[in-house]
Amino acid sequence: MALRPSSDTTTERDDPALDTDVRPEGHASQAAPDASAWSGRGGAAPALKPVEFSRWIWRQLTSMRTALILLLLLAIAAIPGSIVPQERVDPSAVFLFKDDHPRLAPLFERIGMFDVYSSIWFSAIYLLLMVSLLGCIVPRLRVYARAVRRLPPKAPRNLSRLTAYDTWTTDEPVDVAAERARSLLRSARCRVRVLDEAPGGDVVVSAEKGYLREAGNLLFHCAVVAVLVGVAVTGLLGFKGSASVIAGQGFSNTVIQYDEFTPGASFDEATLAPFTFTVKDFDVRWEREGAGRGTPLTFDADLSVTDEPGATPYDYNLRVNYPLKVDGTSVFLVGHGYAPRVTVRDGRGNVAFSGPVVFLPQDGSFVSYGVVKAPDASPTQLGFEGYFFPTASLCDGQPCSTFPDADNPVLSLLAYRGDLGVDSGEPRSVYVLDKEDLQQFTTPGGNPRALLLRVGDKAMLDGGAGSITFDGYDRWVRLQISKAPGKVVPLVGVLAAIVGLLGSLFVRPRRTWVRVRSTGGRTVVEVAALDRVSGGDPVAHVADLASALRPPVAASGADRPAQQEDHR
Amino acid sequence: MTETLATLSNNTLYSATVVYALAMLAHVAEWAMAHRLPADVSPAGRGQRSALVPSGASSASVGGEAPPAVAPAPVASEEEVERSDRYGRIGLALTVLGLLLHAVGVVSRGTAAERVPWGSMYEFSITGSLAVAVAYVFLVRRYRIRWLGLLVTGFLLAVLGIALLVLYRPVAPLVPALHSYWLAIHVSAAAIAGGAFTVGALASVLYLLRDRLEAKAAAQPALPRRGFLWRTPAALDIDRVAYRVHAFAFPLWTFAVLAGAIWAEYAWGRYWGWDPKEVWALITWVVYAAYLHARATAGWQGRAAAYVALLGYATFIFNFVGINLFGSGLHAYSGL
Repeated sequence: MALRPSSDTTTERDDPALDTDVRPEGHASQAAPDASAWSGRGGAAPALKPVEFSRWIWRQLTSMRTALILLLLLAIAAIPGSIVPQERVDPSAVFLFKDDHPRLAPLFERIGMFDVYSSIWFSAIYLLLMVSLLGCIVPRLRVYARAVRRLPPKAPRNLSRLTAYDTWTTDEPVDVAAERARSLLRSARCRVRVLDEAPGGDVVVSAEKGYLREAGNLLFHCAVVAVLVGVAVTGLLGFKGSASVIAGQGFSNTVIQYDEFTPGASFDEATLAPFTFTVKDFDVRWEREGAGRGTPLTFDADLSVTDEPGATPYDYNLRVNYPLKVDGTSVFLVGHGYAPRVTVRDGRGNVAFSGPVVFLPQDGSFVSYGVVKAPDASPTQLGFEGYFFPTASLCDGQPCSTFPDADNPVLSLLAYRGDLGVDSGEPRSVYVLDKEDLQQFTTPGGNPRALLLRVGDKAMLDGGAGSITFDGYDRWVRLQISKAPGKVVPLVGVLAAIVGLLGSLFVRPRRTWVRVRSTGGRTVVEVAALDRVSGGDPVAHVADLASALRPPVAASGADRPAQQEDHR
Repeated sequence: MTETLATLSNNTLYSATVVYALAMLAHVAEWAMAHRLPADVSPAGRGQRSALVPSGASSASVGGEAPPAVAPAPVASEEEVERSDRYGRIGLALTVLGLLLHAVGVVSRGTAAERVPWGSMYEFSITGSLAVAVAYVFLVRRYRIRWLGLLVTGFLLAVLGIALLVLYRPVAPLVPALHSYWLAIHVSAAAIAGGAFTVGALASVLYLLRDRLEAKAAAQPALPRRGFLWRTPAALDIDRVAYRVHAFAFPLWTFAVLAGAIWAEYAWGRYWGWDPKEVWALITWVVYAAYLHARATAGWQGRAAAYVALLGYATFIFNFVGINLFGSGLHAYSGL
């Protein structure tokens, strides 16, 4: 049942004859010699010459015990990343977390809590695990390469000491009986060797099967390494990005068109596939009745795609689970939202801003938050922030949305004047209003003045500062665009790992011996079997074998090999 | 039609819960009746052990220090043994009946929704517990693990009860991300693996109980060996069953995670994104991998390995309950 190679089993395999009449459990208690190497003899460590010391370290690292502890450590180390928000998974949640925990955040930042899976300590654990893994596999591969070429082991001197044992006497000549045993075991897909123990005397047929257990074991561990390497390489060569595109607008695959763009360390931006597409239409439907009211039913976007400049555009219906693939790059529909269309006029009556603005949905009711900036307004710049309610209503006196579809769209905004801070050259998020140099429009009582707008409504700002009109709304889609070359490597790796796992868990190595010797003119046949792992039934196996090999009493031997099917 | 089927589903699931409860009571009676029965030391046991321990060598390890020699075990009267055993058989029969009702409940729920019934926490619970029941009944046939009956029926009763009373949601359509045949592949693999993990964990619990009992008896040979626990297979054999069930579940769990990754690639544009559910699936995988290794590591075999298995099960359950209810992330399909 050794899933993982360990150095002690290798010694056992090196000398297969040694263990034949000892533990029926096969390699059950391994790693013991390893442990005694340092904890035994009063606990004194060996003399620490550099070479010996490093060898000692190596042996510790590649021991099963260390691997086990590293595995458990890895499990523990993975936990924080599922509790603390992660920079790569949800940057906005990280932002909120830092806001909520000002004292904890710097500490967390320092120990990589917001990016656990690339932190030093997490990497250290899995790299050590990988080294430990390789340190086991490589020597074990060598041993296995030798073992598969080796012939089945000689028989123990005293077969009757084995639990699974049977013997009988027959009149068959020695060589005939031995030959029948050989062909039977051969047809049971064993590796067989026939040995004359003494000239003209005993003949022993040794058979072994179940080599695939160790092969599966090694395959599994190699495949795990391949998966880890494959994942790392895929991450290096690819990229991941996201973009929000308003229905009716287009997207061309260049870095500036992305909201977020995370290239792998070895990704060359010049290799971005030069495709473009237009989101012609976006359709979304929600369940309107019953228990699932408000559950999204379908959403899909109609795209017109051009693979490269000059190519003929074609239509593609983009849905969840049905990504668009262009030249190794995949475009996924991962979300959607509302983009209210507004027109902002400044104090002079000029249009300072007009068009749809992406608002971010806050929850399943699609109450959406967003910011409108009109830097071109004069005499002062104007800014707005607030919420879009698709089906506006009042819940406990607070505005809310009772349905995600736009049945009663209302825009609720707070207005500001002053300096938006967009001219400083510093990058500003389009979703954040920097209020440092802004002054809020208030009611005469000094409270913030909320502008509540239905479609077509226009709100005048105090002091002739301008106005804002809610013209309607568009929908936008959130697209995830990524390229992960070589992702087939981890895929094949995991499949190979599963195959290997099945082999290493369910193949049971078994050795069978048939000794035939002639005594006083008759032939004595002994059959014995030994399982190298528990769980099999060598006694039944020997019984089957015996009933097939015993000379026929009445019936002919024609149907005997059929019984061999039961051996497993 | 949908209404009728949904009602049928609810009714059969309520009935299944009641039947499981009765099955559990029968197993309680089985334990109680065995209270005064001495340890079952005959080599073949009640036919339970022979299936597990084919060879003489393994029987020798049963009970460790040759129990028959220590205290001349009073031989139980046929009648007493039969009485306990009868309740055990009733328990199993009721469990099978409950399983049938349970299966009808799950299937009609799916038919009512016109999809696989895996769209909310309620549906995951009824399906997952069905997998547990199926795994148990299958293993009773295969390895004669009826001694696990009390723990399994107790588990089924608890899960179905909680599902019906707390998690219940009427039939609702699937969210778009679940519109994929990978839902069937990914969730069925996870559910079957989960069913096997559950049976494995319960077997590990029983192993720990029995092992403690054996250790105590070894320390105090005079202690009477009575009660149901003494009539289960030896700790070593229970442990072996637990191992086999885990060994079956682990590759399947690997596959479930893989199928999830492939699906995630289609649905979300990345095959692995450290979503909390993904992280915990990996943690479960790693802990069970540690369990399989622990069984082959000196100093970790036996109790320690069993604790690692239970730890693995705890991570599995946390992923199902904790992450669904309290977690954020993309796998938020609890419907609560």
